[in-house]
Amino acid sequence: MRSLYISIYSEFYKSRKTLAFWASILLPLIICSLITFGFYSSSEKILNLHQPPMILWLRYISAALGVMGILILPFYVIFMAFSVNNIEHKNDTWKSLFAQPLNKFSIYAAKYIFAVILIFLSLFLFCSLTFAFGHLLQLLVQKFNFNQYDPSMILIKFYTKLFLSSLGILSIQFILSLLWGDFLKPMGIGFVGTIMGIIAGNVGWKYAYLIPYSHPSLVLSGSKAAANPSNFPIFTHEIYSSLIYASVLFILGYFIVTKKSIK
Amino acid sequence: MSNFAIETVGLNFTFGRQAILKNLALQVPKGSIYGFLGPNGAGKTTTIKILLNLLKSPSDQVFIFGKEINNNRIAILKRVGALVEQPAIYGHLTGKENLVNRCLLLGIKRSKADEMLALVGLTEAANKKSKQYSLGMKQRLGIALALVSDPELLLLDEPTNGLDPNGIIEIRNLMIELTTKYNKTILVSSHLLAEIERTATHVGIINKGELLFQGTIQELQLLNKPLLEIEVTDIDRASMLIEEKGYEIATKTDAKICIPFISQTESGMINTLLVQNGFTVTSLSQQRKDLENLFLDITKTN
Repeated sequence: MRSLYISIYSEFYKSRKTLAFWASILLPLIICSLITFGFYSSSEKILNLHQPPMILWLRYISAALGVMGILILPFYVIFMAFSVNNIEHKNDTWKSLFAQPLNKFSIYAAKYIFAVILIFLSLFLFCSLTFAFGHLLQLLVQKFNFNQYDPSMILIKFYTKLFLSSLGILSIQFILSLLWGDFLKPMGIGFVGTIMGIIAGNVGWKYAYLIPYSHPSLVLSGSKAAANPSNFPIFTHEIYSSLIYASVLFILGYFIVTKKSIK
Repeated sequence: MSNFAIETVGLNFTFGRQAILKNLALQVPKGSIYGFLGPNGAGKTTTIKILLNLLKSPSDQVFIFGKEINNNRIAILKRVGALVEQPAIYGHLTGKENLVNRCLLLGIKRSKADEMLALVGLTEAANKKSKQYSLGMKQRLGIALALVSDPELLLLDEPTNGLDPNGIIEIRNLMIELTTKYNKTILVSSHLLAEIERTATHVGIINKGELLFQGTIQELQLLNKPLLEIEVTDIDRASMLIEEKGYEIATKTDAKICIPFISQTESGMINTLLVQNGFTVTSLSQQRKDLENLFLDITKTN
């Protein structure tokens, strides 16, 4: 357990000055700021629609969720899986990492967990910044009615679901990035997978939930169908599928690591 | 209790169908500086990677401090420090941060990083990003990383690569200090014998995956028989005369004849023989092949 903890801490220490780490903080900050600015600058137009507070929140939340869920989240996950492994490929440090008196599972699991933490951090920031910036908008434009509805439950459920739906993609991409040191192979496969996933998710193919890359878009399309926007289940087909993919591939990845010769 | 820090027993290793190591029987005594010599591609780095369990060896063929490596990986690695090929350094971190990261992984206090930087002369460059380091500085940092855990056994793969003559001397002195003062064992690989000759107590010579020689440096020198080098006029006739008198000619060039050295008296007699037969002897000296040539001879034969 201690060896897992120090491995995770070392991952943080190594990557704290890299773009990958800062991307998980900057991405939500920039996207939420841009959306908030958009709402602020076109507040007149939005106010003219006279939307009830819940609909106004949904409009605001879905602006971030729309881009995030469909396009950015899969690519962000692909990039994270790549960057935690690439730090070793690029510096040719796998050999020194595996020559340390730490068990191989800790080294492998620490990398995986660190990628999960970065994704969680990013989605957590999306969730909390959406909430905070919504209230900031209320302060700036008093005529808005953001203060008349509490969106926290919708936000938490949406982002929890998105987080769980991203784990399947993460596990596939993690193995690809572990095996290949170059950027193009895992990125190319991830890109094709994501496009396939989006199409499969959007056309409503009944087996789309079997493709990990379609899980984030299924989360969004599934919850839109619910009559009450805050009343949708978290554990649906695609989430179970994502979690099964994640666990099976995580174990498979470990066997690859133990059998792999460090060149 | 085994007296060897490293012992391999009939170690075989293949990449696909290609045999990289053949029946390798390394025996590295504790407290020695073991020069592991061989031309590029001989299997030195592969051996070092096997000793670190980075490459999987068949069971019961590799023993470090008497323990089988596959079953005691963590216990063994706690006692081993290594520098394999190019130093493995995170380029976006400073030299100090690279060492601090290693301290974190090994559960050592961070102040050890400063000590190591001072030891390898990188204190001034401690806060510079290591990707901006010269090859020599990277090599020093790699050595510092190998030493940070204060290991009993050090595996250094061509540690003086890229170092200037001063740096080479420093590393040489450091190795001697580590073994004499702190009783550490060092296995140092190189393709240059001259580099090893001054520090190593033991030598193993490997070529094409086979160990051709293993023993103390003195034993290696014993293999190296001295020659009598004669510079004389009319080489062809002189060598005929020498052969007629029953001496064996080792080599002959346009200016010199070399025969195995027997004794000083014998050398004097050959000189008299040549002079009495009208030859002018301009030089007569005892030569020992330098180890570099000996090494070439040994590796050429297989």
